Amino acid sequence: MDLDELYQEIILEHYKQPKNQGELPEPDVVIEGRNPFCGDQIKLTMRMRNGVVEDVKFTGSGCAISQASASVMTEHIKGKTVEEVQKLFREFSGMVKGEDPLHPHIPETDELSAFKGVSAYPTRVKCALLAWNALKEGIEREIKEKK
Amino acid sequence: MGAGDSPQTVFDVEAVRSCFPIFQQPENRNLIYFDNPATTQRPVQVLDAIRRFHEEYNSNTHRSAYKLAEKATAGYECARLQVAQFIGARHAHEIIFTAGATQSLNFVAYGWARKFLKAGDEILVTELEHHSNLVPWQETAKRTGATLKFLPIDSEGRLLIEDLETLVSERTRLAAITHASNVLGTRVDVKRIIEAVHAVGGLVVVDGVQYVPHARVNVEELDADFYAFSGHKMLGPMGIGILYGKEQLLEAMDPVMFGGSMIDQVHHHYSTWAKLPWKFEAGTQNIPGVIGLGAAIDFLEQIGLDKIEAHCRALTDYALQKLQEIELLKIYCPDTERNPVISFTVRNLHPHDLATFFDSRNIAVRSGHHCAQLVMRKLGIPATARIGFYLYNTFAEIDRFIDVVGQALGYFARWI
Repeated sequence: MDLDELYQEIILEHYKQPKNQGELPEPDVVIEGRNPFCGDQIKLTMRMRNGVVEDVKFTGSGCAISQASASVMTEHIKGKTVEEVQKLFREFSGMVKGEDPLHPHIPETDELSAFKGVSAYPTRVKCALLAWNALKEGIEREIKEKK
Repeated sequence: MGAGDSPQTVFDVEAVRSCFPIFQQPENRNLIYFDNPATTQRPVQVLDAIRRFHEEYNSNTHRSAYKLAEKATAGYECARLQVAQFIGARHAHEIIFTAGATQSLNFVAYGWARKFLKAGDEILVTELEHHSNLVPWQETAKRTGATLKFLPIDSEGRLLIEDLETLVSERTRLAAITHASNVLGTRVDVKRIIEAVHAVGGLVVVDGVQYVPHARVNVEELDADFYAFSGHKMLGPMGIGILYGKEQLLEAMDPVMFGGSMIDQVHHHYSTWAKLPWKFEAGTQNIPGVIGLGAAIDFLEQIGLDKIEAHCRALTDYALQKLQEIELLKIYCPDTERNPVISFTVRNLHPHDLATFFDSRNIAVRSGHHCAQLVMRKLGIPATARIGFYLYNTFAEIDRFIDVVGQALGYFARWI
């Protein structure tokens, strides 16, 4: 297995210089994610407007995969509706779990596809999904509260 | 540097290694297994003993009057005697078989602590504890009203044993102490703690799961009240653990599990309990596990625990010396009376990423908090990488490992 498939340049860049790091003042959604097996953690703060993610930031500590994944994720979900975010979650999670690799939903040109290599490392899938699982929980809670 | 330049070993490591089928598998030919604190590999002697039980005399113990069952019972009870001798227990019936050290510790929590502790009592633990010797006491404290006290470690991971003086009082009814840290390798002077706690009338349960595979334990000399360890960390199978307890304490304890085999008489509304040790062994036990454990003890004793300890110490000294030469790499608690365990971090590099790199070079290294979040918090880090050696590891493996550390630093150079 080629390690470069896992540690792609984009991942290293986001790990070294994460985007959207910090905490939003007066967020609508605050959610924490933890990986009890390795101690990695993430905290997301989101501001929502009319069912759209207006802004999102994260803080946390963990490996390159988990932190870079959080950084790329925050860039991707800004401006998206709750439904679009949920769809993206399914697509991203399917990709890193290696489901249906011949019919990728995420195009090669998309930064998110940098995490495709994770599927060859089953123990690292949970790292790539740490921020995404927290996001999913936050979005679901938001939907429930709005009903 | 090759193996030829390395210090001499005290027994024929290659001969020992050839007893372990896992290292003979073609796909494992290059495997370096350094995750021994998590679990050790099993020699063919252990696997054969288990297979022979299944193939030649599989039957239930203590129940039936036929030859197979007699043989199974003899094998099971013989292993109990072996364990008793191995740790210097006075009586075989002071050895209780459990599913693992975690269950052993929980037996003390449920059977002894919940019965005898009350509000105002104190339970002393160290900040070095594995969660298995911490969480049962948190729960015990909640349910009995007892208070949990901590013997602290400093920011380097050193146990501040002098704090015993101020922490131990007549309120200290129980201390639950690890004999060696699974994260840092630190060996703990449990004898000193036992003396201090006994002096105020308290009891001590020792978590020996990391210590027993590596050094001779004598529970009588230590005067430990309870002592817990696991088979799979000392070449035995998974799913078998040991609880040693002093006879009078086990007698005073309530059974934890109820059912078949642990009874004396059963009436409509009440029952009486079997004698020790069977009072604590309800239901069909892990008989092949016990027989495999017996074979593991035979294997260790044949080589000699003192020789195994000397070999592992030489490996550890060698690895420490090599690792200390590497800039950017931090070793936790390097100067301590230790088990063959080393925890380290590399600046700005998460241990997971390091472990994935090692894995790509076929080296099994543990990364994470190692079920010791109190230790991590004290060290101010989320995780470490950990290596741990056992009798089948070699100096040549350490040389290759050191080489791969260098490769990892090169690979990740752009971000450290």
